[in-house]
Amino acid sequence: MILDLKNVNKVYGEFCSKCLDSTGSDFNSSICPECGSVVAVNSIDLHLNKGEVLGIVGESGSGKSTLLQLIYQDQKASSGIIHMDRFFDKAGNYKNVLDASANELGFLRDELMSMIYQNPRLGLNYQFSAGGNIAEKVIMSGTKKFKDIRDRALYFLDKTEIPVERIDDYPDRFSGGQQQRIQISKALSSNPKILLLDEPTTGLDLSVQAKILDLIKELQKEIGFAMIIVSHDLGVIKHLTDISIVMKNGEIVEYGLTDQILEDPQHPYTQTLVSSVL
Amino acid sequence: MEKIKVRKLSKEFTIHTRGGIKIKGFDDINFEVNKGEFVSLFGPSGMGKSSILKALYRTYTTSSGDIIFTKDNGESVNIATCDESTMLSLRKEEIGYVSQFLQVLPRISAVDVVAQPLIDKGEDVSTSKEAAKEMLDYLGIKKELFDVSPLTFSGGEQQRVNIAKGIIAPKSVLLLDEPTASLDKSNTMKVIEKLLKIKDDGVAMVGIFHDMDAMRAISDKVFDIREKRYANDY
Repeated sequence: MILDLKNVNKVYGEFCSKCLDSTGSDFNSSICPECGSVVAVNSIDLHLNKGEVLGIVGESGSGKSTLLQLIYQDQKASSGIIHMDRFFDKAGNYKNVLDASANELGFLRDELMSMIYQNPRLGLNYQFSAGGNIAEKVIMSGTKKFKDIRDRALYFLDKTEIPVERIDDYPDRFSGGQQQRIQISKALSSNPKILLLDEPTTGLDLSVQAKILDLIKELQKEIGFAMIIVSHDLGVIKHLTDISIVMKNGEIVEYGLTDQILEDPQHPYTQTLVSSVL
Repeated sequence: MEKIKVRKLSKEFTIHTRGGIKIKGFDDINFEVNKGEFVSLFGPSGMGKSSILKALYRTYTTSSGDIIFTKDNGESVNIATCDESTMLSLRKEEIGYVSQFLQVLPRISAVDVVAQPLIDKGEDVSTSKEAAKEMLDYLGIKKELFDVSPLTFSGGEQQRVNIAKGIIAPKSVLLLDEPTASLDKSNTMKVIEKLLKIKDDGVAMVGIFHDMDAMRAISDKVFDIREKRYANDY
């Protein structure tokens, strides 16, 4: 097991006793009729094994990105249990990530997981050079020797096809696609067990998108980390993932092998989604 | 040794985008496949032959019934109900599927497409590529096409690349959905020859052929979908 979510919820507002049961795809609404809270993520169960690649699809506002942020601890879930490989309490049992201390959050975000955002501005520090950005993540994950850090930065820049002689340039000196590749270098430099990607290629032109997705796929195969990708592009999902979930109004309405979801969708929303392909 | 046992398998599609109409895929199907045996699914088009094959690979869900799969280590798994991770590892380790159409990315050459299953199995890259070239050559693909994307090939050539990719690193079970549909007689028979060899190696296979000669040449049992029983003469 790499990641396991049980009954994870995120509610913006007071979170009354009716919130979870009176919102979701059956109600076609994420707003609680009782207290007006927004239920962004509703009763999510999810399981990820080593090396598996999971896709999350759904319309905008369905809670895809929020779910990813709850895993990465950008936001705290309102309730539920999140267990991760290598995150244990003193007795050696899995510890709920929701109960993590500030120190432990550092360990989770710096060593166990990495996130690649749609907008590189969220993942990169523009006051640091490309190499400096990668160094930040490498240092946080426990490597302290200057040469080791620099070598690692060079290695990943080379892997992501950024000219290594530009290691000391600042991110805004690079094109959008290159910035995205620097973000990938940074994310992978800590050897994460789980890589989270939120619409990693949305807004990039087709040839750059293909290069970046091929690169991610190749690195995933080579290194073997588990991966969760949020995308509204079924082509991206088909290309990269083994298993997919479909979200609507904060809930998972379908869970299955990706080819099954695309060829034999069960839920009305998934059928509409799949039939909307151009 | 029994590899696959299909029991009372049924499939119904519900089309929500068309007001929830229900379409029958197949109904109450029972057959079994042993190690080193080739079972053909036979019947007119639209009777659910491909759907059954897809259900065995879990590209299609099923409405009821069981698909009991015996793994190489002797354990049993019900493909109709097992979790996604289990199915993924079965696909990785034990079950191969050859579809009617080649589905590959347009930036990968024919040799790389065919070599990949061997590389995934742990063979080194250069050995795999050599084997891929040999296989493509055997199936009559011209050498100058080896390094070109097969999506630029003719339909028959694409299908030969597809079958090469599907049989170069056979697992213990192979599912074949009209793998020779757009091939001429001589190429069809070349494919059959390869399949006979794979069968001799103990691979269990379920396949669909439109070419009756090909079906007769390879099949140990023919399952008639319409009659829902094994055919006696075919």
